[in-house]
Amino acid sequence: MQNDRVISASERGPTGPRSRRPLPPWISTTALLLPTYGWLTLAVFLPLLTMLVFSFMSATPMGKAPIVFTLKQYRAFIDQPYLVGIGITSLLIGFWTTLFCAVLGFLAAVALVRSTFGKTREMLLILILLPFWTNGLVRVFSWTMVLRENGFLDNLLHMIAPDAGSIGFLYTRYAIVVGLVHGYLPYMILTCYIALVAIDDAIIEAASSLGARWWTILFKILVPLAAPGLISGSVLIFIPVIGSFMEPRILGGRVGVTMGTVIEDQFTQAFNWPLGASLSFTLLAVVLAIFATFSGALRRGTVA
Amino acid sequence: MTELTRRNTMKLMSAALVAGVSFSSLPRKAFSAGTITVLNWQGYGTDEKWSVEAFAAKTGITVVHDYYSSESEMLTKLRTNPGAYDLVILNAARCAQAVAEDLLQPIDFSKVPNASTVDETLRANPNFSKDGKGYAVPWVWGMTSLAIREGMTVPDSYAVLADPAYKGRVAMDDDAIINVGVGALMSGQDINDPKDLAAVTAALKSIKPNVKLLWSTEDQWNKSFAAKEFDLSLFWSGGSVRSKRVSKLPVQFVVPKEGGVGWVDGLGIPSSAPNPEGALAFINWMIDPTFYVEWATKIGAPASSNSAALSALPADDLTRLVHKTEYLKTTSFVSGIPDDRREAFNNIWQEVKAFYAE
Repeated sequence: MQNDRVISASERGPTGPRSRRPLPPWISTTALLLPTYGWLTLAVFLPLLTMLVFSFMSATPMGKAPIVFTLKQYRAFIDQPYLVGIGITSLLIGFWTTLFCAVLGFLAAVALVRSTFGKTREMLLILILLPFWTNGLVRVFSWTMVLRENGFLDNLLHMIAPDAGSIGFLYTRYAIVVGLVHGYLPYMILTCYIALVAIDDAIIEAASSLGARWWTILFKILVPLAAPGLISGSVLIFIPVIGSFMEPRILGGRVGVTMGTVIEDQFTQAFNWPLGASLSFTLLAVVLAIFATFSGALRRGTVA
Repeated sequence: MTELTRRNTMKLMSAALVAGVSFSSLPRKAFSAGTITVLNWQGYGTDEKWSVEAFAAKTGITVVHDYYSSESEMLTKLRTNPGAYDLVILNAARCAQAVAEDLLQPIDFSKVPNASTVDETLRANPNFSKDGKGYAVPWVWGMTSLAIREGMTVPDSYAVLADPAYKGRVAMDDDAIINVGVGALMSGQDINDPKDLAAVTAALKSIKPNVKLLWSTEDQWNKSFAAKEFDLSLFWSGGSVRSKRVSKLPVQFVVPKEGGVGWVDGLGIPSSAPNPEGALAFINWMIDPTFYVEWATKIGAPASSNSAALSALPADDLTRLVHKTEYLKTTSFVSGIPDDRREAFNNIWQEVKAFYAE
């Protein structure tokens, strides 16, 4: 055992009159884990717990209004049935965004890994990540310039076909998905890249020397072997996307109402933190339920 | 000259540190005779450097500032720091709450000579008074109403929002209170206490085919209006002045017959103020035509509550043209509303937004 080796190493040191009996192994384990778990408790668990407590309150605990503990906030989906529609919209937006990110990100990662080497590859990877160093808000606003009527997209089309109508689709769900895909693509490229780079070239050479076509190599070798990357990328993208509020608000116009914007409104406009918190936890429960349903598939994917 | 060795630098730095600490730890009360502390949004009129300097030269009173970034923060600061502030800028909707919690003291209007020309409608705002005593001097006001592209037919009613002629050409302000207010005006009700909430919801839902987008910032409004995404919108009176003056946008602000949805900010003195006399002098300065004209023409300001100050602006000034005092007669001002009603308003607006998005 590793702990034994550590202890024997310390015993080999200068053994003075004050040498003591070695500490039991669980103490060192605890001591090593404490900073991580302490930090997680402080930075993640406690704020989350506060929000959980808020979600059972009748009003935001600021000011003089008396606070009563209630389950009323969790009835929001029953009392305000239109929220169900908004929830489904958010899940659909999350699904399509993740799907587009998976396809585009995987292909980009394959291109990066299979067609480039050394310095060129590093350069391309940096070039892919470079635009994402700019502020997200700026990128979303720049999409409004591209997608709006008489925007860049329309101008480009009118250069080729001057009489064509407008193809600008700002203030639709498609615009929201475009903005979100742009925002979250690098996560998928990075996770897929890491998974793909680990695949031994010899496996692919063996496959092609045995006569496998490119689609066989892609679907029988690359996709299954890179599945852990695809799955972790999808999880990383799906969760923030269903809670996103900036992109729907700016690119969605009238249709830009999602769970994210509803929750944000509760915190910023309505000053109804308990409702915002209870909606967040309901959303969290739905996400966990979805992952629990597909956990079998997910586990198989990550083990493969 | 002593060389700037490391030791000397350290000495200098520690001396500066000690001086700084001892200076800031001096009791603030010692200055209070000639100092007032103002609690306001940052960059909102009271902290203009030239004005504070002119006021100090005139009265010998130094003006110090503390800022809040939300109205609830302002109330929290008043509650938790008694004796810290001499003057607070607060919205009418919040003023009633502050008065109810005994956070403000009554104003001695005889010591604010400029208040004599403050518009009667604004002074009579029930949020600013209790038991016949005024607790805040109205300072500046504005409203949310219709803004239309110049050259189009000027509408005379909010019913135009549902007019099929504007299909897909309308922008709404993404704000629950404002929209419920407009819905109430469309269905002939009081904006602060509409009895028939279903009628409000129906009125707002009726404009769905026209709604192109919901805007939440002035910048967003300007960009979308400049890109000709909509022609008719709910918009702020002050915003329309800035859009026309700064961004040169062809926008005309219209107050239909139902009146605008108004807001008014008042100047109040906390009940625990150490220097109420100084605060009264500063209130008088804040609604003084001399200060206001300079503030409005050089920096840009909302409409003054003081009719004399507003009419001291040049005749072609946009702020003056947009904020006609006769509008005050029809404008309904947003009041403080109980929490359950606020929640109902928010739920209506969420429901309407979900309906727009379907």
